[in-house]
Amino acid sequence: MSKFLLLILGMSIVTYIPRLLPFLFIDKSFSKKFERFLLYIPPTALGALIIPGAFEAIPNMPLISIIGLGFALLYSWFRGGLIVSVLGSILVVFIGIYIKGGLI
Amino acid sequence: MEKSLKEIKEGMASGLPIVIGYFPIAMAFGILSKTVGLTLNESVLFSLLVFAGASQFMALNLISLGVGVGEIILTTLLVNFRHFLMSASISRKIKKEFKRWLSLIAFGITDEVFSVASFKKGTLNKNFMLSLQLVTYLSWVIGTGFGFLIGNILPTILKNSMGIALYAMFVAILVPEAKKSKEILILSLLSGLINLSLKFINILPKGWNIIISIILASSVGLLLFKKGEKNHE
Repeated sequence: MSKFLLLILGMSIVTYIPRLLPFLFIDKSFSKKFERFLLYIPPTALGALIIPGAFEAIPNMPLISIIGLGFALLYSWFRGGLIVSVLGSILVVFIGIYIKGGLI
Repeated sequence: MEKSLKEIKEGMASGLPIVIGYFPIAMAFGILSKTVGLTLNESVLFSLLVFAGASQFMALNLISLGVGVGEIILTTLLVNFRHFLMSASISRKIKKEFKRWLSLIAFGITDEVFSVASFKKGTLNKNFMLSLQLVTYLSWVIGTGFGFLIGNILPTILKNSMGIALYAMFVAILVPEAKKSKEILILSLLSGLINLSLKFINILPKGWNIIISIILASSVGLLLFKKGEKNHE
């Protein structure tokens, strides 16, 4: 087996097992407290997925990243909807980079 | 029949922002994997079997540095362990009658699928989950092959602009929820701030800043909002 094939198989196993394990306990009921802990994971995960990574979304242009995210923030606050937020912030960033004149 | 069709449509539509976000990243992976010395088959197999963006890029980086296979696999385990928390959370939201499908659903629990699915109203059904995951998976796998074969065809400015896509999606998922709930607002900000601080402290192994942030902030939530919950009872 080639070195890369071994690597791919190994990586797929160690990625899959943590994703699978919790589903084996789907029938088990946990304490109220633990259930509540699990409910808090979506917002805390999102918080940590956004901060600080999002500010480095556009390499070396934190300000343009922030302006792009600002569009998503404002649009989703007032209107809601993922697709427009995503496409709009891509467009805003595109214009930002274009104006800055770099990276073309 | 009509109901499942509706669920499938809903899943695919919910996956669209992820599809847009994944494609250019997957292309970049395909392009980079070629320069590191993978064949087309290996590159696509990577995305087919691993389906975890950050760790796939990390692996390419480590390969080019000459790091051994065992060490890369171990690092992958550490980096992707956050999905354990995400699967644990989402498993409480999935209808139990879909047990047969859970091992398949588990395969596709990425950060992005988790984020979209866990804020969907109500319980999660099999058709929604699988179609959401299928479209994102296809984007990831096809993007990889596309990148490998066709290479750098996207203009740099477009590629760079698209780097904002998944973050914009995370923001757009979170904001309406944070607007409605002070708990969500506080906990997400807290978790982000912990993650930011951990980045500066820089002592944890790769991938563990986010795990510690999630665990700490969620535990603070248990302490902070206990009273509120009792009042509701």
